[in-house]
Amino acid sequence: MIMEKILKIQMDAVLENQGLARALAAAYVSEMDPTVDELTEIKTAVSEAFSNAVIHGYPGDMQGSVYMEFAVVSPANVMIKITDHGVGIEDIAKAMEPLFTTDTGDERSGMGFTVMESFTDRIKVDSRPGEGTTVTMIKKLDTYYDF
Amino acid sequence: MDMIFNIKGNVLIAELFGELDHHAAGQVRTDIDQAMEAYGTANLVFDFSKITFMDSSGIGVILGRYRKLEPEGGKVAIASCSLTVRNILNMAGIFSIIDYFDTAEEAIAYLTGKEE
Ligand SMILES: Nc1ncnc2c1ncn2[C@@H]1O[C@H](COP(=O)(O)OP(=O)(O)OP(=O)(O)O)[C@@H](O)[C@H]1O
Ligand SMILES: [Mg+2]
Repeated sequence: MIMEKILKIQMDAVLENQGLARALAAAYVSEMDPTVDELTEIKTAVSEAFSNAVIHGYPGDMQGSVYMEFAVVSPANVMIKITDHGVGIEDIAKAMEPLFTTDTGDERSGMGFTVMESFTDRIKVDSRPGEGTTVTMIKKLDTYYDF
Repeated sequence: MDMIFNIKGNVLIAELFGELDHHAAGQVRTDIDQAMEAYGTANLVFDFSKITFMDSSGIGVILGRYRKLEPEGGKVAIASCSLTVRNILNMAGIFSIIDYFDTAEEAIAYLTGKEE
């Protein structure tokens, strides 16, 4: 896998940055001439991964950073990696099940990973309790016409 | 995120503007709950026609309100979503428990009709 045009960003792990994380993803992908739908799907997937890093990666008063890495994988795929150095995930398969949430209130649906999965082509979650989590997503853009 | 509330009979219509994400969701929940309380309305319409972005936080906001109102006999309806938003709500099976309408007017007509 040859990766080009790598962009790395470090952001404070606060929810106020969720909009900025989406806007940065949109700006990066816009260079690849995506469709409106592709752009919305990428923004949504990034929004989910970023909010998970902030809410679940650094729960309570825990502070830290969220790292975003973007790369173009030839000819028309975008790779997005979102990392936190927070608490990590015990059971990754379980966490990715639709409707699974560790939230004890009534307000989280447990659909973040499901949204990421259906809006991208590949997703991989690496995580270790106490060390943090990396979500890697690859999306194929419909911009490469091979006549 | 900006919201405009309208009241028609026993229905509160919450018109949401802009981007509904996990950051905005907290305020949206409190504002809607406070408005329901203040106006004493039993039913709720989410008007999504001016929503430009929504992630899974929207599912939580809708389901949370549904779980609050349903035990008291209140109804929730969703109106006017973009295709992507509908797709996200569909993933969570929302439309098997909450009715969807193309316009807020239709949702209001349905809920006010249902009261009588
Ligand atoms: N970066 C992370 N660090 C630690 N735990 C995580 C992380 N991301 C996800 N999780 C765990 O995986 C679960 C499922 O995540 P998912 O995004 O699918 O649902 P949610 O965040 O609980 O709800 P929603 O995203 O619908 O509001 C979370 O409840 C949390 O326990
Ligand atoms: Mg989530």
